[in-house]
Amino acid sequence: MNIRQIVEILKAEVLTGEDDMEKEVKYAFGADLMSDVLAFVNEKTVLLTGLTNPQVIRTAEMIDISAIVYVRGKKPDDASIMLAKENNITLLRTSFTLYTTSGLLYSAGLQGIDVLGVIK
Amino acid sequence: MGEMVKLEYRVSSEDFERAGDASSNTKKVLKKIGIPSDVIRRAAIVTYEAEMNLVIHSMGGEIVVEIFPDRIIVTAKDFGPGIPDVDKAMQEGYSTAPDRIREMGFGAGMGLPNMKKCSDDFSIESEVGVGTEVVMTLYI
Repeated sequence: MNIRQIVEILKAEVLTGEDDMEKEVKYAFGADLMSDVLAFVNEKTVLLTGLTNPQVIRTAEMIDISAIVYVRGKKPDDASIMLAKENNITLLRTSFTLYTTSGLLYSAGLQGIDVLGVIK
Repeated sequence: MGEMVKLEYRVSSEDFERAGDASSNTKKVLKKIGIPSDVIRRAAIVTYEAEMNLVIHSMGGEIVVEIFPDRIIVTAKDFGPGIPDVDKAMQEGYSTAPDRIREMGFGAGMGLPNMKKCSDDFSIESEVGVGTEVVMTLYI
């Protein structure tokens, strides 16, 4: 799935990365816990989150997450937007909740990440 | 690359503004040197987790990244307060972080276990009142 499709499905506002609409993602991961993002996420993943501080962008930068969707209409601060531009990270914003956002993307064929084996 | 590269960063307690700068710079240097992407990824994760730990839990400290031809050694060392029960701290889900840290998306008790998982060799030594030293080696 590419960013343009995600924008359409989520009726999202594009905050950064307007020129990068063809960028492909293979998975989505929804969390407000950056420690879990660091522990579970692989590349080519779009992060769905309601957390808006710059640590979200730092986390994305560390593990090569190329796109972030802010859910529930949350808006990142200016520091986050600047940091995202520096690191070529696409930022989108949707009014949908995390649950609805996940459902819409999943129904459209975007896979989740396999974290099986966490419960032993 | 024959020469050893050494990066040193001071990390201040509670400095959330600059938290992540050391890891970000480390990642850029590793990329420039041409380290394989899987190793860069793991090095970035351990450095970032270590840096956030210093910002959140320590009274300040430093991160040293040494890049050898065959391995990367990341050392995070602080000036206290020290961890009373290291075994507990190594358990997934155990955290002493206050609510305001959790609201920032950290303090889930995944940091140290994830640092260990992403390293090839991992050691932690801590003494209450003195400080903590974590040494992580990743083979290239």
